[in-house]
Amino acid sequence: MARLIHYYAHPGHRYSHTNRAMLEATRALAGITRVDLYGEYPRHDIDIDREQERLLGHDLIVLQFPLFWYSSPSLVKEWIDLTFENGFAYGEGGDKLAGKWLMLAITTAGAREGYAVDGHQRHSLRTYLTPFEQTARLSQMRFAAPYVRHSALRTDPVAHASGFATLLTALRDDRYDLGQAESAEIVTVDDLPSFTAGRPK
Amino acid sequence: MGGFLLLAFVFLVAGVLAVPIATRFGLGSVLGYLIAGIAISPLLTALRVDVVSIQHFAEFGVVMMLFLVGLELEPKMLWAMRARLLGLGGLQVLGTAAAVMLAAMALDQSWRIGLTAGLILALSSTAIVLQTLGEKGLLRSDGGQASFAVLLFQDIAVIPMLALIPLLALPELLDTGVAAAGAAHGAAAGADHAASMNLVDGRPGWQAALMTAGAMALVVLGGAFLTGPIFRFIAIARLRELFVATALLFVIGIALLMTLVGLSPALGTFMAGVVLANSDYRHELESDIDPFRGLLLGLFFMTVGAAIDFGLLAQMPGTILALTIGLMAAKAAVLLLLARLFQLRLADKWLFGLGLAQAGEFGFVLLSFAVANHALPPAVADPLLLVVALSMMLTPLLFIVHERLIVPRAATGQASEPDEIEVRGQVIIAGHGRFGGIVNRMMLSAGFETTVLDYSSTQLQALRAYGVRAFFGDATRPDMLHAAGIDEARLLVIAIDQRDAITELVRYVRANHPHVHIVARAVTRTHVYELFGAGAHDIIRDTFDSSVRAGRSAYEALGLHAFEAESLAQAFVKDDKLVLRELAELYDPGIPLAENEPYRTRLRAMLAEREAQLTGRGKAFRARTERGWLPPVGRDD
Repeated sequence: MARLIHYYAHPGHRYSHTNRAMLEATRALAGITRVDLYGEYPRHDIDIDREQERLLGHDLIVLQFPLFWYSSPSLVKEWIDLTFENGFAYGEGGDKLAGKWLMLAITTAGAREGYAVDGHQRHSLRTYLTPFEQTARLSQMRFAAPYVRHSALRTDPVAHASGFATLLTALRDDRYDLGQAESAEIVTVDDLPSFTAGRPK
Repeated sequence: MGGFLLLAFVFLVAGVLAVPIATRFGLGSVLGYLIAGIAISPLLTALRVDVVSIQHFAEFGVVMMLFLVGLELEPKMLWAMRARLLGLGGLQVLGTAAAVMLAAMALDQSWRIGLTAGLILALSSTAIVLQTLGEKGLLRSDGGQASFAVLLFQDIAVIPMLALIPLLALPELLDTGVAAAGAAHGAAAGADHAASMNLVDGRPGWQAALMTAGAMALVVLGGAFLTGPIFRFIAIARLRELFVATALLFVIGIALLMTLVGLSPALGTFMAGVVLANSDYRHELESDIDPFRGLLLGLFFMTVGAAIDFGLLAQMPGTILALTIGLMAAKAAVLLLLARLFQLRLADKWLFGLGLAQAGEFGFVLLSFAVANHALPPAVADPLLLVVALSMMLTPLLFIVHERLIVPRAATGQASEPDEIEVRGQVIIAGHGRFGGIVNRMMLSAGFETTVLDYSSTQLQALRAYGVRAFFGDATRPDMLHAAGIDEARLLVIAIDQRDAITELVRYVRANHPHVHIVARAVTRTHVYELFGAGAHDIIRDTFDSSVRAGRSAYEALGLHAFEAESLAQAFVKDDKLVLRELAELYDPGIPLAENEPYRTRLRAMLAEREAQLTGRGKAFRARTERGWLPPVGRDD
């Protein structure tokens, strides 16, 4: 079993539609460390030592959040700013995260078609996620394609949420094709079967 | 003195033994007291005790109970139930009286006797029904509310009955004057009840009416306007027992006033209770009167049991039994019919029909009164007294029938929750000073209902100006907490400021109401340890956070950037909590801190560490707080 940690970050949990469903669908999964970021740090006082210890103790890091202004909710940024410290994640002696995997699980309000150069959003989703990707790379981590739900506010979250449960289970059990995920652009619930076909990474 | 002591001892032993046993067998406290009374009856006869006088004394428990009932009832609710009160109640009394009258005529009695007996037997037992409903938590159910309406009407109906019965005097009895000498169960008592201190008797109608109206007005206005000033006055002495004395004074005073004008004391105290239902002192009054009510009612039921004339029962067992069962069946029939008419459902209908099917304690009073006024011959009244007592004894059994047979059957079709739940405040806040006041405001602004208890009447006056609902009372008293609704509360915030009282309260609530989440105010550091040991869920030092904020303001005033000041403050808090937690493990409540060596050693060590940082001109401390914000050293990749 891989050591998997799932961070959930939603400042408006009560009003969440898709992200909440994803959390509920995966709540009962055993063998996965679950962290409600806004729940643990409601005053945004990130405990750097504790978070770094957590990252050291896991190999697969999944960050789940709704896309706010083409990026993450601010607490996730705060978490990255503080936890990925010089001397820990990068810089001299900063190789503690080398070899670990980072995967994002994102929901967008906008439709899939908009995320294109000629589209409404002007750039692809991956382009907007570049800072996360590069953060991972600089920290010598590997970046898997994000699990994405577009039009999240207008669609039924059930399939995507149970897909998320399938995804996490596969990751935990080393059945997720991370190699393929590394070269893919994004993964949606419809693409999942080809990643969870059962071949170990 | 010795006679009184022996008597008190006998009654107390009987009650203390009988009630737990009865409750154990699911029979309820009322039956327990009744049986206790029967059990000590021979002893009382041997001691030549005048059980009837004791009964009259103990009837005061009913008066107190009606006061407490009134306190729970808000005037609006009373107005809202007027339809049931007059309709259901009125029809019950008239219907039952008619039924009994017809039955009496069928048994060759005169219609006057029938009517008198009918009116008297139509009354049900307020004491038993309310006590039992209260015990079983059924007061708020539909059936309970309907029963209450009927009982209340019956209470009011006593007044016209007292006027009507003398008019039904039997000419033959007036002539022979038999009745005056005869009544075994105290014509004197009956006369006592109706006439002894009555100022109204013998006055012209308009004067009587005026005095009666005046008395009622006095009760209402006095309750509304005098309660506050009186309590504030006695609060000067700061003596617990004065509150109890004052509460008793209220109740006794009102009862006295009512007797003077010939009204039912229970009705008077009920009205007073309703007037005070919205007062700040409601919980205080409740918790003061409740124990007396309980004891007096218990005594009353015991006297009912003891007064059962087994001699007469032995003479005509079949007749008495037949009359009792016949009466209860007739009452139940009328009640069930009315239940149908007023649309009570299933289990509620049966609760109503079975619960009120007995004759009540007012029956004792009115029967004696009727005999004294020549409206009933003793030959009729005496068996009827037995019928009343027996029907009261059988009532708890009817409740059991309802509980065991009817409720399970009706369960599928009925919601277990009553329709209207009066939310007594999920949150109780003990103490409404600087600490509790803020918590209360926060609760209210988020939409939570609170019940606030404060022991200072000056506070209350100030609060009323801001529209806060606060009740006067000492939150550390268990009966006060009970009156405030601790049984149904989710959360207790302890915001009083006496250290030991806070700790004791935590201990008490943890032990007796484990379902309640406790947020406790801590006055000092060591108090935190005590409260932790006592089991408080959340312990909040009352000045710590404010002091930290003062420190942060100081930082900023001294030129630190606001964000830096905030980081330093957060680091300070984190460190302080660390020290607190570590030292908590070494804290021993049995050893004073000055003598607790491991504690002192560790504390010294921790202080030394921090000292080093301070003497380093705070650099290490600062460096710790700047993690993450320092510019990276060395090349970026």
